[in-house]
Amino acid sequence: MNLRRDVFQAIADPTRRAILLLLASQAMTAGAIAANFDTARPTVSKHLQILTECELLKQEQNGREVHYQLNPHKMKEIADFIEPFRQMWDDRFNKLEDIMQKYKS
Amino acid sequence: MEKKTKVQAGEGRQDILITREFDLPVELLFKAYTQPEIVAEWMGTKVVKLENKKHGSWQFETSDPQGNVVFTAAGTIHDIIPNEKIVRTFQMAAPGFDAQLEFLEFEALTASTSKLNMLIVYKSVAHRDQQLRLPFAMGLNMAHERLQTIASRLQ
Repeated sequence: MNLRRDVFQAIADPTRRAILLLLASQAMTAGAIAANFDTARPTVSKHLQILTECELLKQEQNGREVHYQLNPHKMKEIADFIEPFRQMWDDRFNKLEDIMQKYKS
Repeated sequence: MEKKTKVQAGEGRQDILITREFDLPVELLFKAYTQPEIVAEWMGTKVVKLENKKHGSWQFETSDPQGNVVFTAAGTIHDIIPNEKIVRTFQMAAPGFDAQLEFLEFEALTASTSKLNMLIVYKSVAHRDQQLRLPFAMGLNMAHERLQTIASRLQ
């Protein structure tokens, strides 16, 4: 499995990027995070699960509460600015390829 | 799976090499770059002008759903050889961006597959790095704007 790509798929979603920004300043519980979004709580939980699975977030047990926080090590990896650029071109070229398949006789 | 699109951007250099192999005959790949309505489709932009000839010029314009122009880019075609190459300039109409020179080489691999080499040369290392960072920065900006919208709703 290509973890690197998974990270970029994770941040391709605007809600997940908003969650990362939210957690940039402080660790928060799932409930506190969900309170910042109009989205249903289970949807936010799903986003948190994806972000945790690709190691962008870490969970920390705090008494009875679980706090989510950024994993700085993994965040550094997405600061590698070439990958989103490559992804942008890859998406464009995939689209080009799909469109041109129609013209094949 | 190997990545289909490759980007080579050496540290401290002012160029980027983008390569990609396509499951398309080279003629169709070239057509995707020269037919305005097809360019519009895969680039997601309006093609205002596209003169496929030596010393011709081109112009793209992208609008948001409300019809406001959010992006324009233009340049001239320096050289064009069907199914082989396009040499052109590209410039985004936004402060801080300068012209870039693009060498597009189209290569037939087999009768049904082809390869594109796109070498982009920038004015400086800083200009190149700015372009490289743009997709990442835009992603974060979008998230930030969304967050601000959410925050303003909570007030």
